[in-house]
This record gives sequence, C-alpha cells and structure tokens, in this order.
Amino acid sequence: MNEHITTESNNGRYGEYGGMFIPELLIAPIQALTDAWNKAKHDKNFEIMYKQKLANYAGRPTPLTEVTRFANTIRGPRIFLKREDLLHTGAHKLNNALGQCLLAQRMGKTRIIAETGAGQHGVATAAACAHLGIPCVIYMGSTDMERQAPNVARMRLMGAEVVPVNHGTATLKDAVNEALRDWSESFDNTHYCLGSALGPHPFPEMVAHFQSVIGTECKEQCQTQNGSAPDLVIACVGGGSNAIGIFSGFLDNPKVKLIGVEAGGHGMKLGEHAARFRAKSRGVLHGCFTYILQNEEGQIATTASISAGLDYPAIGPQHADLYDTHRAEYVAVSDDEAIHALQLLAKTEGIICALESAHALAYLIKIAPSLDKKQIIIVNLSGRGDKDLPQLMQQKVIE
Amino acid sequence: MNKAKRIDSIFKHGKAYVGYLTAGDGGMQQSLNAALALIKGGVNILEIGVPFSDPIADGPVIQRAATRALANGTTMRDILKLTTAIRKQSDIPLVLFSYYNPILANINPSFFDKVRDAGIDGILLVDCPLEESEEFHKQCIMRDIAPIYVLTPATSIDRMQLINEKAQGFLYYACRKGTTGMKNELPADLAEKIQLIKANTTLPLVVGFGISNREMAADVLKYADGFVIGSRFVKAIEDGVSSDNLCALAQALNPIGN
Repeated sequence: MNEHITTESNNGRYGEYGGMFIPELLIAPIQALTDAWNKAKHDKNFEIMYKQKLANYAGRPTPLTEVTRFANTIRGPRIFLKREDLLHTGAHKLNNALGQCLLAQRMGKTRIIAETGAGQHGVATAAACAHLGIPCVIYMGSTDMERQAPNVARMRLMGAEVVPVNHGTATLKDAVNEALRDWSESFDNTHYCLGSALGPHPFPEMVAHFQSVIGTECKEQCQTQNGSAPDLVIACVGGGSNAIGIFSGFLDNPKVKLIGVEAGGHGMKLGEHAARFRAKSRGVLHGCFTYILQNEEGQIATTASISAGLDYPAIGPQHADLYDTHRAEYVAVSDDEAIHALQLLAKTEGIICALESAHALAYLIKIAPSLDKKQIIIVNLSGRGDKDLPQLMQQKVIE
Repeated sequence: MNKAKRIDSIFKHGKAYVGYLTAGDGGMQQSLNAALALIKGGVNILEIGVPFSDPIADGPVIQRAATRALANGTTMRDILKLTTAIRKQSDIPLVLFSYYNPILANINPSFFDKVRDAGIDGILLVDCPLEESEEFHKQCIMRDIAPIYVLTPATSIDRMQLINEKAQGFLYYACRKGTTGMKNELPADLAEKIQLIKANTTLPLVVGFGISNREMAADVLKYADGFVIGSRFVKAIEDGVSSDNLCALAQALNPIGN
C-alpha cells in the first residue's frame, strides 16, 4: 500500500520523522491531547460541528480562481489559485484554529494559548476564541510584532492578549518556546493551539487533518471546472500547514506533481534564509525530528525571510518524509522574487496576496515559460496581503 | 571507580547535594573554577548543563546563561574537556544535563566513548522521554553511564514504575509544573507526591525545580534522598560571584551536616 496517501502518522512518525521529543512534564498533556484527538477524529458529531463552523463562520468553501491575465503575463499554462486568502481572518490558519479550539472545548479547557509568526495564526486563534467564548493568549516575537503590526491590532480588537517575546531571535521559534513554557505550567486548564503541522505528535497529524479540507475541496473544484486533476500543485512552506493541507488532496494521485516553496531570504549562507532543504541537516526542534537549520553543534540557526510566516528553522515532519521519498519537490525563492510576484498578481488580477503565498507564485513565475501550455497548475494562495503593507512601505515597494 | 558505583556510593553513604552549572557561562575556565568551588562547598553530585539555543524547559536565569555560553562559542568538545578537568581533581559523580539536539548533532560511533572517558557518570536528556530514548539508553548502558530520567507532578503511577525500571543512578523529581527558576516555597503537595513516588519506585530520589534556600532544601531532605540547586548558582555566576563566595553560598545552602 502506498504509505503517502493520507496525512495520518504511523504512531506519531512519518517515515523517520516526527515523534515526541518533549520534557517529561509535557507527556501528560500530550497524552491527554492524543487520546482526545483519537476519539474526536472518528466522532461524526465532532466532524459535523467542525464542518458547520467552516461553512457558516469561516466561509468555506473558498473559490478556485483561474487567473488568465497573470498566466498570460508570465507566459505560463493555465493557472488556478486556491483562495484561502478569502477565508475569514484572511488565511488558511482558521481551518486549524477552529478545529483545535472546538477540540479544546470538548476537552473542558478554559484557556487557549498560541504562537504566531506572521500573525495569521494568532488572528485566527483570537477569532475562534472570541467566537467560542474562550480567553486566549498569543505569543509573538517582538520583531514580528513590528513587521506585522496590523495583525497585532486585530488580535487585540478581538480580545486576545498578545505577549511580546523579546529573547532569542524574537521571531516565530522564540514564540513557540514561550508558548511551550506557558503550557508546561498551565496545561490543566489550557490548550496549546499550535499553528502549523509541526511540534510533537499529535500536532502534525491533527493540524494536517484540519487543513486537509483545502485539498479535498480543491480536488473536487478542479475536477468540476476542468474535468481533470491538476498537473502541478505549488504551495509555500514555513512549518508547512497550508502545503500539507492542499497536498493531502492529491497524495494518492502520483500524476499530480507537488512542489513546496521555502523562503530563500536574501542569501545562501546559514542565517540568511529559511530554506531547510538547502542545508539538508536533520535534528530535533520543538518536539519533532525533521530537517532543521542548525550549526554543527546542534544549536538552532537564526533564519531570515521577508515573510514572517516562513521564517522558521524547522519543517513539518510530513514534508521531511515527502522530500525523502521524492513524492514532493522542495525549492526556494528569494525575498525579492516574492515581492515581485506579489506586485505582479496585484496588478494583473486585483488580488493582494500575503508575502508567504507570494513565494509559491514566485517559483511558478520562474518555471512558467518552460511548462506545457495545456497544463493545469494550482497555487495555494494561503493568505491575503493586507498585513504586509507596512513591510512593503518600509521596503519602498509602495509609497 | 566504576561509574554507576560513583553515583550509588553517594546514596549509600548519605544524602545527595546536587548542583547545576551551565557549561561555558563566563568561559570554560570560569566553569571549571565554579565547579570546583561548588564541590568544595559541599555539592556531591554535579550537573553540567549543555547550553542550547532553545531551552524550552528553562526559566529566564538558565536561558540567559545558555545565551552567554553560546555567545562564548561553547562546544561539546569544550564541555568534555571541562568534565575531564573536573574529574582530575574530584571523584564526585558528574551528570551531563542536555537537550537532545546538541547531543544528536555530535553523535558518531565514538561519541559515547568520549563521554565516558571524560569522566561522566550519568546523562539526563531534558527533551528525550522514554518513548524516544531507546538508542540513547542503549549507548549509555553499554558504557556504564547512568541514563537519568525525570518524574513530575503529572507522572502517572504506571509511568513512574516504567521509568524506575529503565533508569539508573537516581530519579530526578521536578517538583512543580512550569520551568526552572528560583521559588520561595515548596509545592504544598510535595510530601504527598514523594510518598507516592517512593511507594512505587526503588531508585534514590532527588528533588529539583525552584529550590533556592537552605530551609527548602532541609524540608526536601525529610522525604527525599537529595536536592538540586540550579538557578540560584547560575544567578550568582551571572552576578559575577567569586569562587570563594560561590563556595560559601554552596555551604550556606547545605542543610546536610558534615
């Protein structure tokens, strides 16, 4: 049997990757979460409740939009965007936040904590918590708070407490550290709503499950609109939740090529990018064995990317396995290429995408002229770009 | 002396006074001086902390120490040189205290031999629980290095028994939730929890997490076989304490009569 047709783990592992490398103190809450998740994922009532929230609160299904002016401009084949930017709160993150907050409620938890990089997971969690009436605390690196200021304001408006994290690199990885520290003290009443397909088991499996709605919808929409499956699916990869979400719809069809695009940052040296497969180095970070950016002493490297949501030194374990088994291919594009892609999509289609999603488009721009014009390409447009305007102004991309 | 025996002999003859240092904080010479000062001050098991960039189980004091040690360029090689140097001057048990990734990055066929040859008697991996520790465990046992595991207030009875079966040397009871760091009092359920652990395990039990004064240490020793002082020493080193004063601090915190 093809082991890659689902996003389910083999006892917490994807090939060699994944696991639960956590302090003993977190074993109890992780086991409780694993038990609750194993029950919930087979519970029809839970699924119905979740699907209702996705439809009536989040606004699913999101459209699949053909972008012919963009495609013509880049001399590409037929290009479709899966419009997660149109999901409530502006990114795919809400699929997961709603699922986990419903699970937390079912577990009797009365407080939610989360980490956020670009702020999209923080905003999604804040929204889900407001909607479900659960107090929430969001940890965010102070560097990220500056460059994603509009999202900080949105979280606060929805009643979330946003806690700045100043130590380390003051970005996503440090926010995860701080959330884990909080959880190790608060797990009796608190659920940690991890935002990407990362961390200790069962998080990668659970997050991938909640995000698989993207792939399921997309597969159906592509079939309806074109009468066939896509030839290629492209998604940006930070931790990798939007990518695993859309890939999951096509894992069982080997004819569909899958490409994940990492943040190439502004240089090739360690510390200048967040492209984990560039270094091909493996290790353990935040509870999970996977490809990570580190020095030869096993110290986690600093990363750099214009996109806060991709600026993370580890990749989700499912992607590590898809890479090793060659089911998906992973590439990187630079900050400048991502900015250019964002501008081009805005001008040709009137869609302002997030800098994260712009990485996926940027890679497509590179390869478009070489693709057969009859091909159908889907890009997961994981989020919208309103949050990036201050950053773009700072970069003098817009006045 | 046989390694496992070095740890066993401490508990055979009395209580354990466990001290923790972050290796390389203030430089390797400072770490050596501090280690010797603590030993002179009565510490009879020394934990050598391997600095890590992302110490999720540590509070601010040890986080800052790790940051300083890494800024000094501390490597695993430096740390094994340090323990070798300590071993030349002392026969107390040395326990390597590390997150998993710095170990993983250094693992090669001879790594655990080097650890053994550097005078290390036990290894505690903060983020490598029983579920993930099979290979590490095997490598330790083969070389007579004690694999040391943590119990917490949330550890179930079944799990305590399982850990007790696997572990060697002693069990480390992290007596409260949250991260490392000084606290002013012991958790209210300490005596009760220790009784529960004692009823279900056989290895000696040391208690750590937040013990910062002599009274707390004395209270712990009413029920347990040893106590750990970590952040209090690390903070003193951060504040630039002299070796003599660090030794005096260790003595002042020690409720075990000589």
